[in-house]
Amino acid sequence: MNNITRRNTLQLMSAGLIAGAGYSMFPRKAAAAGTITVLNWQGYGTDEAWSIKAFQESTGIEVVHDYYSSEAEMLTKLRTNPGAYDLVVLNAARCAQAMAEDLIAPIDYSKVPNISSVAENLRANENFNKDGKGYAVPWVWGLTALAMREGLPKADSYAVLGDPAYKNRVALQDDAVGVIAAAALLTGQDMNNPKDLDLVKETLKGFKPNVKLLWSTEDQWNKSFAAKEFDVAMYWSGGSVRSKRVSKLPVDFVVPKEGGIGWVDGLGIPASAPNAEGAHAFANWMIDPKFYVEWATKAGAPASSNVAAMEALPADDLSRQIHKPEYIATMSIMSALPDDRREAFNNLWQEVKAFYAE
Amino acid sequence: MRSDAVLNEAVRGPSGPRKHRMLPSWVATTALLLPTYAWLTLAVLLPLLTMFVFSFMSATPMGKAPITFTLKHYRAFIDQPYLLNIGWTSLVIGFWTTLLCAIFGFLAAVALARATVGRMRETLLILILLPFWTNGLVRVFSWTMVLRENGFLDNVLHMVSADTGSISFLYTRYAIVLGLVHGYLPYMILTCYIALVTIDDAIIEAAASLGARWWTILFRILIPMAAPGLISGAVLTFVPVIGSFMEPRILGGKVGVTMGTVIEDQFTQAFNWPLGAALSFTLLAVVLAIFATFSGVLRRGAAA
Repeated sequence: MNNITRRNTLQLMSAGLIAGAGYSMFPRKAAAAGTITVLNWQGYGTDEAWSIKAFQESTGIEVVHDYYSSEAEMLTKLRTNPGAYDLVVLNAARCAQAMAEDLIAPIDYSKVPNISSVAENLRANENFNKDGKGYAVPWVWGLTALAMREGLPKADSYAVLGDPAYKNRVALQDDAVGVIAAAALLTGQDMNNPKDLDLVKETLKGFKPNVKLLWSTEDQWNKSFAAKEFDVAMYWSGGSVRSKRVSKLPVDFVVPKEGGIGWVDGLGIPASAPNAEGAHAFANWMIDPKFYVEWATKAGAPASSNVAAMEALPADDLSRQIHKPEYIATMSIMSALPDDRREAFNNLWQEVKAFYAE
Repeated sequence: MRSDAVLNEAVRGPSGPRKHRMLPSWVATTALLLPTYAWLTLAVLLPLLTMFVFSFMSATPMGKAPITFTLKHYRAFIDQPYLLNIGWTSLVIGFWTTLLCAIFGFLAAVALARATVGRMRETLLILILLPFWTNGLVRVFSWTMVLRENGFLDNVLHMVSADTGSISFLYTRYAIVLGLVHGYLPYMILTCYIALVTIDDAIIEAAASLGARWWTILFRILIPMAAPGLISGAVLTFVPVIGSFMEPRILGGKVGVTMGTVIEDQFTQAFNWPLGAALSFTLLAVVLAIFATFSGVLRRGAAA
């Protein structure tokens, strides 16, 4: 749900951007001819027309796209079409899977000079690395944490969700993985594999007097927040930017000391890529501050993994204010869940929801 | 007039000229029923059967995970006893929704059938049905505008008396029932209306002339004679209501946990189609069991 909403929003935003095509503000470099095929969600950064044009002018490499509409489809395409793709956008959780199946090859960081300013925590994420080699260039990230009404004292812990001061003033996300992650972090556990699920369950049940609402879409969150139905909620960083920028809501995005619940998308190069050279160049382009600033300010984008790119944004940019570099250091990153754990998570959340409804 | 017609029939006798050159009746019956049953097989039976097969699988048959057949999903109510509470909640919501629909729907149908005539009646019928041509989601969302704190209802109340607190009841079971009653009322109105218009005026006039008061007419004549309509309306309401998920989710907030939302979660969030299918079939079995228990009442009512 999370991913789809985020991407759909980007899709909508970039639809209006076609008109902005026709830039050549990037310096012309020696042409290394060829074509690369990028596999990504549609309308998600790599296929911005102005950027592809500028990239071709500067490197001579033509960028063509193939799209997927679910992460499972992306993996299937990589498995069944070897040699068809040069660069693929994959979530950290899926990257581990692609890496385990040897679908993607290690990255030669010497060909990606912009990696030097990418947050070390993202680059070293276990989902992107195997046997000391990096398998993806971290590209963009975001996190789920708390959103509070402006003027309230900023919470320093997820414990605020159970704080009696906010009786009936809390909204949780109706998403098993998200709420269990928050409760696991609060109880000092690994959110991807909490050892003590009963403790997680009791913690979530303890929020009952406070829980007013379980939200499932950004629109629902915005409407209920605007109607003052709750003051504290779990929320997405990107959603907070949009709530402030588009809906002008008085939202404070707060990352507590336990750290945010993070996601990061990386750029991987398939093991069978015919033009790995060009793919490295395009990956470097994608984390280049020049590309990122234009993408973020014109179309709207998640936070860049490149700290230098975030710093290149205008100081009053809401996304820059919300996605602070220090959050990267404390956040945990969502990994892929094995089926039995996913089922256990879902059953736990159903049980907690039934308890809330009593 | 009527006696004349009967007389003519008797004179002409049973062997009219129409009887000749007729196909055997079973051929005609089969030919006429075939498209219906073919369509039912394609549109209802096959999808149901697919879901039934899914409900025995160990995992959703997508991707490359090996699939084995298992009965474990049908043990969900034993393994996860909180589901019993949720199921009970759904039945209670279904009961109240059906009851309220029956009361309001029947009264509206009586008003429509007995107090209006001709064009006026048609116009009223269309006015009742018109709002139900809009999307259900839109109607449910408009209720959230009305019911929420500082919403329309509160504003109206504060116009009358400014000091009173909020009477908002969004995110309660009452809100869910309200939304569901609003959504399913037209089925009840229509089925009751169809049953009521067939009642001969003469019967009611006779009752009134013999001194029956309005409540006697209502309980001894109208309700028993319109019982088939009431019962089919109740079935049409009860069955979808206990499986509904949109209204509980939007109007119920955190109390909006019903069998419908649990099943929907299994399909959309948990990606556990087999469990969702197993829960659906369990629910179907419960509904059938309820109807079987009351089948005597239902049959008598439908025959009346």
